[in-house]
Amino acid sequence: MPEHASFLTSRLNEALGWARKYSIFQYPFVTACCGMEYMATACSHYDVDRFGAGFPRFSPRQADVLFVVGTISHKMAPVLKRIHDQMAEPKWVVAFGVCTCTGGFYDNYATVMGIDTILPVDVYIPGCPPRPEMVLDGLMKLQDKIHEEHRTGERPAPEERPETLDA
Amino acid sequence: MTTLIERVASRFPDAVASSHAWRGDETVVLRREGLIEAARFVKEDPDLAMNFLMDLSAVDYSAFGKGPAPAFFSSSGVAVRPTPNIPDEDPWPGPPSSERFAVVYHFFSTTHKHRLRFVVPVGEDEPEVDSLVTLWPGANWLEREVWDLFGIRFKGHPDLRRILMYEEFEGHPLRKDYPVNKRQPLIGPVN
Ligand code: SF4
Repeated sequence: MPEHASFLTSRLNEALGWARKYSIFQYPFVTACCGMEYMATACSHYDVDRFGAGFPRFSPRQADVLFVVGTISHKMAPVLKRIHDQMAEPKWVVAFGVCTCTGGFYDNYATVMGIDTILPVDVYIPGCPPRPEMVLDGLMKLQDKIHEEHRTGERPAPEERPETLDA
Repeated sequence: MTTLIERVASRFPDAVASSHAWRGDETVVLRREGLIEAARFVKEDPDLAMNFLMDLSAVDYSAFGKGPAPAFFSSSGVAVRPTPNIPDEDPWPGPPSSERFAVVYHFFSTTHKHRLRFVVPVGEDEPEVDSLVTLWPGANWLEREVWDLFGIRFKGHPDLRRILMYEEFEGHPLRKDYPVNKRQPLIGPVN
């Protein structure tokens, strides 16, 4: 392939990534209290629409990003997995709140200890619930990842799971 | 005026094991053979007319008194002391019997605006009581919940399945001998 053609495709790919990262269709999988904070972030005061992510799709087939918002129980886990399986590639997963990151303070028979035990997670947003600023920060991290993926042509390595800090 | 306890006790002297009342909350401890008849009485007697089963739950007393009581307030630094007009004594008479479980029923009458509590001790060997679904249809899901979490069966229940946990779940998680860290995930690793 001539030099200028490869230049063109890589630029095209990057433009595609730029378009993708500013038109995120999200699927909010809201199960618990974090949902209130999700709504606060999505509404006009913080306004995720500024980042192009203001369009929730309540069908996994039309969504790019799965926002897992709230505690996931073992009974709910197969449903979440199925929703994720139904999403078309390319797809990303955001763990919203400590419950989805690590199980949080739940240590019992019912709760999944972090959705990364069942799904690949791209961005973790800890907090119980996370402040809207943290959510927007997580969203921008995700956008960077999407852009990175189109620039380099390979998916960035998944995030490290936030470990419990030693007091 | 006779109290609700007296009415139930005079009508079913054999079924009532004990009773107590604290600030208008009346509690009758019943033997389980007498439960269904006493329940029908409190529902259908026009002076009691308990037409609303507010709650149906259970208690596992197997670990009761074997460890330090959780001190919810002592760690907050706030002194919790009753006001002088409340007698400084524990109003709770303790576990209703030496049996492991107790099933607890809360009734309310929307006509008379009064409440009554039934406590039915149930042994570990045969954890079974009569179902009240025929009297209060709302007992259906509550009894399923008690079966799910405590493993107490309800004789005559039309559909005694788990309601909160999934069918594959083994054991009854609110029993005190269920290990608190035990996980039984449907999918994914045991963590
Ligand atoms: S992280 Fe906190 S706010 Fe969010 S779902 Fe869990 S308990 Fe609720």
